[in-house]
Amino acid sequence: MAQNHTAQGYAPGTHPDLPPPVRTTGPVGWIRANLLSSPLNITLTLLCAWLLWSVLPPALNWALFDAIWSATDRKDCWAQMDEPRAGACWAFIRGSFRLFIYGWYPEPERWRVNIAFILLVLAIVGVLRDSLPGKKYWLWFAVAFPFIGAWLIVGGFGLTPVGTQKLGGILLTVIIGVTGITFSLPLGIALALGRRSKLPALRAVCVIFIEFIRGVPLITLLFVASTMLTYFLPPGSTFDLLMRVLIMVTLFSAAYIAEVVRGGLQGLSSGQYEAADSLGLTYWKAHRLIILPQALKISIPGIVNTFIGLYKDSVLVLIIGMMDILGLGRARLNDPDWLGLAPELYLFIALFFFLCCFSMARYSLSLEKKLETGHAQ
Amino acid sequence: MNNPDDTQNNAVELAEPIITINGMHKWFGDFHVLKNINLEVRRGERIVICGPSGSGKSTLIRCINRLEEHQQGTITVDGTELTRDLKNIEIVRSEVGMVFQQFNLFPHLTVLENVTLAPIWVRKMPRAEAEESAMQYLERVKIPEQALKYPGQLSGGQQQRVAIARSLCMNPRIMLFDEPTSALDPEMIKEVLDVMIELAESGMTMLVVTHEMGFATAVAHRVIFMDGGEIIEEKPPQEFFESPDHERTKLFLSQILHH
Repeated sequence: MAQNHTAQGYAPGTHPDLPPPVRTTGPVGWIRANLLSSPLNITLTLLCAWLLWSVLPPALNWALFDAIWSATDRKDCWAQMDEPRAGACWAFIRGSFRLFIYGWYPEPERWRVNIAFILLVLAIVGVLRDSLPGKKYWLWFAVAFPFIGAWLIVGGFGLTPVGTQKLGGILLTVIIGVTGITFSLPLGIALALGRRSKLPALRAVCVIFIEFIRGVPLITLLFVASTMLTYFLPPGSTFDLLMRVLIMVTLFSAAYIAEVVRGGLQGLSSGQYEAADSLGLTYWKAHRLIILPQALKISIPGIVNTFIGLYKDSVLVLIIGMMDILGLGRARLNDPDWLGLAPELYLFIALFFFLCCFSMARYSLSLEKKLETGHAQ
Repeated sequence: MNNPDDTQNNAVELAEPIITINGMHKWFGDFHVLKNINLEVRRGERIVICGPSGSGKSTLIRCINRLEEHQQGTITVDGTELTRDLKNIEIVRSEVGMVFQQFNLFPHLTVLENVTLAPIWVRKMPRAEAEESAMQYLERVKIPEQALKYPGQLSGGQQQRVAIARSLCMNPRIMLFDEPTSALDPEMIKEVLDVMIELAESGMTMLVVTHEMGFATAVAHRVIFMDGGEIIEEKPPQEFFESPDHERTKLFLSQILHH
């Protein structure tokens, strides 16, 4: 076609921009290029269509159309179906919902959890949204939130104290996830900078810490937290188990964050450091204004990946007897009224984790796009 | 583009030295990059440094603002000796501007933010004032209309001019240029050289590592030729090009002038 246009004769320098040939763009072009481009592609397209057709309808029937939403126990559930187990018995999840969310948190004090949750949402919005009036105060609030939240949940200072052994379910999962995420990021950045420091002693400490923590499975660290730490502490002192677990989870993910951030720091050209130096910026100002904004931007995928890993790994605490959402759910399965409803339970838990992690992943993508300034130095 | 006129030359000859380098040596590990460098630069003087690649010319000017550390000898910049003392390094860096081959603009900041960053954070200038002076410098390098773009959206020549404005915004007494036009497409070299010539005419002390011999002839008081980490020869540009003393200088000139 290009030859035709040349034949139509544009003088040199006057050739206009022409639209692309019709068949390469638009929905028709997309289907041709992506679904039907070759015999193999056509076969695969048909195979996928057949798979979806045979899997999707029964799955939807079970999970939605034939599902039972209210019942007193599993027998009641099955009695309401055409045949037992033809559909999901969501009544089980509904009935246990408050337990799954609050654990054994005392009923009259649950408003505190609700307020903490609302404040958490506000803090997250405050950090993530750009165009808020008074952004500075939102950020201060976000920094203060972990402490306000901890006070609301464990009490003291005017509130009825609630022992941490009463925490469980989604509440516990979110506490571990949010604490780990908020504290491991700054700690990880500090470790990454320390590892690249010119001071040999500081560098050695950071390297040993990172390599040791990375070289040990998280479960081992949790066992250390639950048993061994008591040997190191002065006799008679009690140190809350949840606190120990939070520290271990934070340290564990900080070591990974440190390595991710170090990768980001290495991704910057030395010219950026030299330009900052030559302008007379001090180490801290150069890092705050020039180096870290760029290094963290490069590291976003890795950082969010680590956060997602941390969030999901929080279920490992069930091994040392803490009842997070998975531990609590498994305990509920032993209830004689609801025996044998494992699919419903695990699907619910999977959905919960998926929603949390998927939104983190989507946010990280949109953040990357927003920070894109059309460059590569 | 004439030679600097005689009155200006005389004024420079009478001016006091602003950079004094005495018996300076530098090693990269075992590699002896700079050997016994002695150099005095007077206030307002413009020096072009040339030489084959690996001759140590970039390293030499990078020692002047301590991007590289020297191991022997002394470097004194405007009365401040460069030692390990961070205070002194800070003083020197705030008086010496530097322009790099690869521009090294901050890609996550707009042009205006690039230019105002150091005045605001190093000089503690109020933002409004910094922006006003930044716009003046951007006008001086002829790109005020790009102020709100990001460096990645500019051409190489424009980026290099922003880099020059960024250094000028700190009111430096000395400007170092490390091959400022080597990374540019040919059609952009002139716009950067024009800005540098204008800067030279304003009386700035300049040390320029470059192979742009036209620029050297037009504005330099002295041309320094380096090879193997030593200063081989230094002369006013006309003499340097017409009657170099050393064989190595002649060879180098024949290589860059006739091809």
